[in-house]
Amino acid sequence: MTSVTASSTTAPGPSRARRWLSGFREKETWTAYLFIFPWIFGFLVLTLGPMVFSAYYSFTNYGVEQVAGIEKTKTIGLHNYKQLFHDPYVGTALKNTFEYGLMMVPARIIFALVLALILMRVGERTGGFFRTIFYIPHITPPVAIGVLVLTLFNGPYGLVNKALRLIHVTGPYWTTSPNWIKPTIAIMDIWACGGTMVILLAALYGVPRHLYEAASMDGASKVRQFFNVTLPMISPALFFCFIILTLAALNQFTVAYTAFFNSGNASTTNSAALFYAIYLFQQAFRYFNLGFASAMAWLLFAISMVITGINIFATKRFVFYQGDAKK
Amino acid sequence: MSIGGQENAPPFVTAGSTNPQPTEVVRRRRWRRPQPQLNWIEKGLFLILLAGLSVLFLYPFEWLFAAAFKTHGEVFDNAFLPHHWAWNYTGPNLPQPHTQYLFNVAPVGHWLWNSLWISFLGAGLVTISSAFVAFSFAYFRFPLRNVMFAILLATMMLPGEVTMIPVYLLWNHIGKFTMAHSWLPHIGTGTQYPLWVPNMFASAFYVFLLRQFFLGIPRDYFEAARIDGDGYFSMFRRIALPLAKPALIVCFIFEVQAKWFDLQTPLIYLQQAGLSSFTVPLGLKLLVDKYNLAGGSIPEYQLIVAGTLLLVLPMVLLFAFFQKYFIRGIATQGAKG
Repeated sequence: MTSVTASSTTAPGPSRARRWLSGFREKETWTAYLFIFPWIFGFLVLTLGPMVFSAYYSFTNYGVEQVAGIEKTKTIGLHNYKQLFHDPYVGTALKNTFEYGLMMVPARIIFALVLALILMRVGERTGGFFRTIFYIPHITPPVAIGVLVLTLFNGPYGLVNKALRLIHVTGPYWTTSPNWIKPTIAIMDIWACGGTMVILLAALYGVPRHLYEAASMDGASKVRQFFNVTLPMISPALFFCFIILTLAALNQFTVAYTAFFNSGNASTTNSAALFYAIYLFQQAFRYFNLGFASAMAWLLFAISMVITGINIFATKRFVFYQGDAKK
Repeated sequence: MSIGGQENAPPFVTAGSTNPQPTEVVRRRRWRRPQPQLNWIEKGLFLILLAGLSVLFLYPFEWLFAAAFKTHGEVFDNAFLPHHWAWNYTGPNLPQPHTQYLFNVAPVGHWLWNSLWISFLGAGLVTISSAFVAFSFAYFRFPLRNVMFAILLATMMLPGEVTMIPVYLLWNHIGKFTMAHSWLPHIGTGTQYPLWVPNMFASAFYVFLLRQFFLGIPRDYFEAARIDGDGYFSMFRRIALPLAKPALIVCFIFEVQAKWFDLQTPLIYLQQAGLSSFTVPLGLKLLVDKYNLAGGSIPEYQLIVAGTLLLVLPMVLLFAFFQKYFIRGIATQGAKG
């Protein structure tokens, strides 16, 4: 992922170290550092520094007394990390988050892919028009989606259940029965699949036409063409969507928090909608267990890394990059 | 993801007419390649299917719009248009059980203004600072460049939760410091500064996007400007920025959208502040808590829905004006695979 190309020409001359150091004598170098300064400052103060502190806090009892300066900060070793396993809500939150991710990510990708394939089939002009329409839900703010969850999916009065009654189906109480809360949020995510669809559509347009011609000349059926030409050719985009959506699912906060958590009342916990990011937020900014919340953040980081790692490992086998064939 | 190592790749954001790249022609042609001909029955069926799906996709907006103009008792009647049109935004200020009006129960005007200026200021700052950084990565050769770019890419993978708490504590310290020195303005938690000040320091994703774009501008342009006697800065301002305008617009509207969507940051920093410093998402969350069924007072769903319309509408307008940048920006994200 970080294979950055070496750019300097390697003419024979002074040693590498000396040439490297002589770079600092040039005006261009200092101009470059001046241009890049905003990021360096931001990285040190808002990313690297906080990472170090966060790692430190995760081994301490940092809490509300320590913020106020009443008590001293104590290192308590791995206690916070052990606590991750003992706190039942961490398990609940992880389970909720994984269940939601397993529903949302595949559903959204498949739905977006089907839409993109249909838009490909109907030609550019019609496709472009409907592409705009299908994209519009993607610009709905998450807080508004939270309100729509509460209103459209309302058990007795909501529009969804009213529509279901028209076809003689009794809809569940989406927002109050624990089993239906996560599917409801996932349905709203499918509704807002426009972004994923546009990415996949761009990838579909990028598949060279001659590959299909060659495949059909070899007698491949449409289905076969889809699995042996289309899917491999768009696999980088699929892979990208998969990673982005997985990380989004792990960080689900706003929609669930808007719909199911009352910010005025700290004791309100809705354990069916308790996502990991919400529990972390509550621990940090409601109860000010900042040490424990830091440990939770590092667990989230580790989970993201493992999932991304598995993805990249799987990529080597399944994802086909067009450029690779030429090399 | 081979994000790095694409120095010679064509720019992902195709720059419209201003892009001097010949690859543009190739891309356009590929996009317009002849479609397989459908017979009219197939085409008709697809159109019916797409029209049906469009209704499903757009109906929530219609519902929201209609409900925002319904009276207290009719919000959940799910009628296509209100039976009795009601203006839920302004009216006489009387206590419950009289009809409540949105602008009376909360400083919604302040919320809209706060969201608006924070979004636009933050987006402007992050676009400019990211452009500087991206130009530096794309044009200059300097020691540690590749190492720093690798670090920049790596920071994109870091979940915000890891840095959230120490950054909050940093703002807390700044707040205590500015309170202790009366000649300083109050900056810190409980003020709006934490919402936009971090945008002054570039953002990895936009740097990456803009760098790809700057790499697509032929180096000859810059050399010519240098020969004409331009300094580095005026070269950046006169050559790089105008040519990168489409990519800059993409960054800008993406950040406006991100700021307009954000609930978590205002929740962290503005919770203890006065109501009139809230942003629209935070204010709307407050309305939801107060006026839904579990809120403790008489539910006033028409206020929640009317407020939601105010949150959604500016985004719809932004999309209407900058539609092609939204879609182009999103489509190019996938290309970085």
